[in-house]
Amino acid sequence: MIAPIRRRLVLVGNGMAGVRTLEEILRRTPHAFSMTVFGAEPFGNYDRIMLSPVLAGEKRFEDIVTHGRDWYEQNGIELIAGEPVVRIDRGAHIVTGLNGTPRPYDILVIATGSNPVIIPVPGHKLPGVIAFRDIADVETMVAAARGGQSNAVVIGGGLLGLEAANGLLRNGMNTTVLHLMPTLMERQLDPVSATMLKSDLERRGLTVITEANTKAILGTDRVESVELADGSILPADLVVMAVGIRPSTALAQEAGLTCNRGIVVDDGMATSDPAIYAVGECVEHRGALFGLVAPLWDQAKVAADRIGQVAETDYVPAISGTRLKVTGIDMFSAGDFTGDDRSEDIVFRDAARGVHKKLVLRDEKLIGAVLYGDAQDAGWYFDLIRNSTDISAFRDLLVFGPAAAGVPQGGGVEFLPDTAEICGCNGVSKGRILTAIYEHKLTSVEEVRARTKASASCGSCTCHVELLLTLAVGSAYDATPRVKPMCACTTHGHDAVRAEITGKNLQTIPNVMQALGWSTPDGCASCRPALNFYLLCAWPGAYRDDARSRFVNERMHANIQKDGTYSVVPRMWGGVTTSAELRAIADVVDKHGIPSVKVTGGQRIDLLGVRKEQLPDVWRDLNAAGMVSGHAYGKALRTVKTCVGSEWCRFGTQDSTAMGIALEKMTWGSWTPHKTKMAVSGCPRNCAEATIKDFGAIATESGWDLHVGGNGGITVRVTDLLTKVATEDEVLEYAAAFMQLYREEARYLERTAPWIERVSIDYVRARIVADPGARKLLHDRFIEGQRHAQRDPWADRAAGVEAHEFAALATVA
Amino acid sequence: MDTATATLWKHIGTIDDIPRLGSRTVTTDGDDIAVFRLADDRVFALYDRCPHKAGKLSQGIVHGESVTCPLHNWVIGLTDGQAQSPDEGCARTVPARLDGRSIFLEVS
Ligand code: SRM
Ligand SMILES: Cc1cc2nc3c(=O)[nH]c(=O)nc-3n(C[C@H](O)[C@H](O)[C@H](O)COP(=O)(O)OP(=O)(O)OC[C@H]3O[C@@H](n4cnc5c(N)ncnc54)[C@H](O)[C@@H]3O)c2cc1C
Ligand code: SF4
Ligand code: FES
Repeated sequence: MIAPIRRRLVLVGNGMAGVRTLEEILRRTPHAFSMTVFGAEPFGNYDRIMLSPVLAGEKRFEDIVTHGRDWYEQNGIELIAGEPVVRIDRGAHIVTGLNGTPRPYDILVIATGSNPVIIPVPGHKLPGVIAFRDIADVETMVAAARGGQSNAVVIGGGLLGLEAANGLLRNGMNTTVLHLMPTLMERQLDPVSATMLKSDLERRGLTVITEANTKAILGTDRVESVELADGSILPADLVVMAVGIRPSTALAQEAGLTCNRGIVVDDGMATSDPAIYAVGECVEHRGALFGLVAPLWDQAKVAADRIGQVAETDYVPAISGTRLKVTGIDMFSAGDFTGDDRSEDIVFRDAARGVHKKLVLRDEKLIGAVLYGDAQDAGWYFDLIRNSTDISAFRDLLVFGPAAAGVPQGGGVEFLPDTAEICGCNGVSKGRILTAIYEHKLTSVEEVRARTKASASCGSCTCHVELLLTLAVGSAYDATPRVKPMCACTTHGHDAVRAEITGKNLQTIPNVMQALGWSTPDGCASCRPALNFYLLCAWPGAYRDDARSRFVNERMHANIQKDGTYSVVPRMWGGVTTSAELRAIADVVDKHGIPSVKVTGGQRIDLLGVRKEQLPDVWRDLNAAGMVSGHAYGKALRTVKTCVGSEWCRFGTQDSTAMGIALEKMTWGSWTPHKTKMAVSGCPRNCAEATIKDFGAIATESGWDLHVGGNGGITVRVTDLLTKVATEDEVLEYAAAFMQLYREEARYLERTAPWIERVSIDYVRARIVADPGARKLLHDRFIEGQRHAQRDPWADRAAGVEAHEFAALATVA
Repeated sequence: MDTATATLWKHIGTIDDIPRLGSRTVTTDGDDIAVFRLADDRVFALYDRCPHKAGKLSQGIVHGESVTCPLHNWVIGLTDGQAQSPDEGCARTVPARLDGRSIFLEVS
């Protein structure tokens, strides 16, 4: 007997639909085919929809690769990546790649996706005009932003265009969206929610022009501007066209397959040639085209059933839902949200919370929904639409969500296996969370957090924990804490507590706790440091700092290390030092036997491994050489990084070093809600990385660009441009005003980046830029506070303050 | 018997040496001992070693009858040394007694 020869399957198009089809085939008939994949892009397969978060800087390309080369190897699949197929010879059953690689097939699957539509206005071929379809496009956009190109225009205000625009904005470009229609995303949003979306996007700094008809793209060697039909001209270093997609049918057409707008397939996903199947965005099924992934998954299943000859299933189109992947904007849309004369609308508005919901009903069934501002019940509404559920029993409560309607609800997490990790920070699995919920009858996120630590660190998985709670306990889950309390000791939120402190003239921590009905006698490690800061900020000079309510580092004025020793970072003004300082540091290291010396990421020197009883002596010696505490340990002003600037650098336009030193001299010693970092660069090359600092200044020929709200860390955030000023005095004035606004209004442990995300850069501009009077007052309050704050804590302690901190009480043998 | 036990109690200082809601350490030939003073002037002692990763409990924030470890925020009960759920572990306690304003520890 001869072993049956495996049939040859070739896939053209290494994208989401094609590879999913292979997976489905492998699942059903693992050994039936020898497979070859041609892909035009030079990699394995990645999750195309995640290009938006990659562009926005929230994910890296590595994070979105779904099938690396090893996946193909493990499954014995030949991958020919980077070589598009250029010819299908249907008679000979052979496809040929661009480099001439031939592959014979018994079954061919075409999954070539679609091509972005490029409107043929004059100038559309200029360099700098691109689409948003693949990783190469994302790279072009990021490179443009990094290369200092500052103006971007996105043509198209649909899902893709807005995600592109948001990403460009996050990359620091001035971004304008041009949309032909009167409202954004008109295919997914009703006019009310579209208007809310527009103002939300504008608040983030995006410029949106609706009813904008692009007339021409102008430029000589590359794009320079965009001209609208009304004659206005917008400067543009980059133009992204996101006006739609067109099925990629050229290859199929040439091979003589029946094509209409897309490659025509039957209910079994076969083309007009029974040996050739097609899936994904390149197909047309019963007149319909596709642009979202959900239907592709269904197509892949049907194709696999048919190709492997395991079942004669048919593809049945289902409704898809859409969400806009812009962090912080919560929306969902599905089904027919316009309705007709037989349908009725239920509309819910909560303008204060920015929430709008529109539900469309016909014959007691939900046929469409738009949720804006609060889409947490999207999954439930979507199920109701898909299952054509009769909603008459809870119709009056429908708009308030499943909890109100008394119906248990599920979300994406319900499909995860119990072993799936929900909280990455603390390594807590879904199973552990559910077990804790059942065993201890937990009903709130706080309880789950306390039991399992899930969502206790960075908090980004909180919504999943909430979903698991809803899943496990249904309507018993109480999702309604209106304001998040500061901690378990109180029901008051941060903002309320701050208001009461000044409103009721509360002067000490016990006063606050008593007046506001704290449930614990002396608070906890979370509320006490917050209260201490709020009081310090409210009553400068008068409030007596409570060392017992300070985290160890701020009490010891050094950073505790894992072995219980400390690190000491002296201030190095603007990153500038001298031979005398360096010599003194060297002497201190030798004299006290300090084990490790390191240059920090903040342009200064760290002495690591100092024992607590050595600290006062080390400080005394550093003080003697003129050095003071660098507050590397504090929720306080930390470093001010600088570059060499006009003093030395051939590109420097202003003296960034002196500017940085002046800023540090003004702001050092200030306690802030979270740590605060600054940087000053001498020209837009920005070597001091001022655009990822809490406050940054970048010199230009004519003055300074002032930036705020950036940080590094896990979630890097690029600053927002606050304003441009001309003089160094103005830089100082704006910096002081910004610091004070942040000190007075942000919540404890909220860095400037999340604070600005919460209150919006427009608000900050309104307080600091638009209103010179308010700026002056903030500046003056900051300087007044500094009169009391600028005392070197090291000098005090070297002189004996809090000496008990550093010495043992007794020795017993 | 009485005299035998009495010799185990070591005088280590007075309550005025420790700030309210604060802690001081006592050096031994092994691990340090952390002595805590609560808001109501009760005094407790633990070996200065968090059951998690040996953080120095003496450097934590004291609240109620607990201390929060400075390294990773475990909350350790001062009366029994137990870590608060969901964390599990126990710091070794040292019997402490207040006589007038003097603090005695029972060390072996
Ligand atoms: C010493 C140093 C690392 C080094 O050897 O270079 C350092 C050390 C620590 N960093 Fe950092 N960071 C240091 C520069 C940075 C920088 C670079 C910079 O300042 O330009 C960043 C990115 C910029 C930024 O802050 O946005 C940085 C972003 C972080 C973050 C993330 C902050 C965020 O908002 O996401 C944390 C975590 C936190 O603060 O919660 C962190 C936390 C820490 C802690 C405090 C972790 C901890 O809680 O113990 C480390 C203290 C070690 C110690 O005790 O000495 N460190 N850290 C640097 C001290 C700079 C200085 O001179 O003061
Ligand atoms: C930025 C962005 C965000 C998106 N967000 C969402 C979202 O949030 N939700 C959602 O549901 N959908 C989203 N989509 C749409 C979704 O990505 C597509 O529907 C899906 O990728 C289509 O899959 P496909 O396999 O048909 O095409 P693709 O994934 O594009 O795969 C086609 C592949 O075929 C290759 N190819 C083309 N011609 C040839 C040839 N001749 N030879 C060899 N290879 C060839 C292409 O290079 C490509 O790699 C988004 C799309 C983009 C671009
Ligand atoms: S990155 Fe920062 S927090 Fe992390 S180990 Fe290094 S110094 Fe510590
Ligand atoms: S060492 Fe105490 S919490 Fe980690």
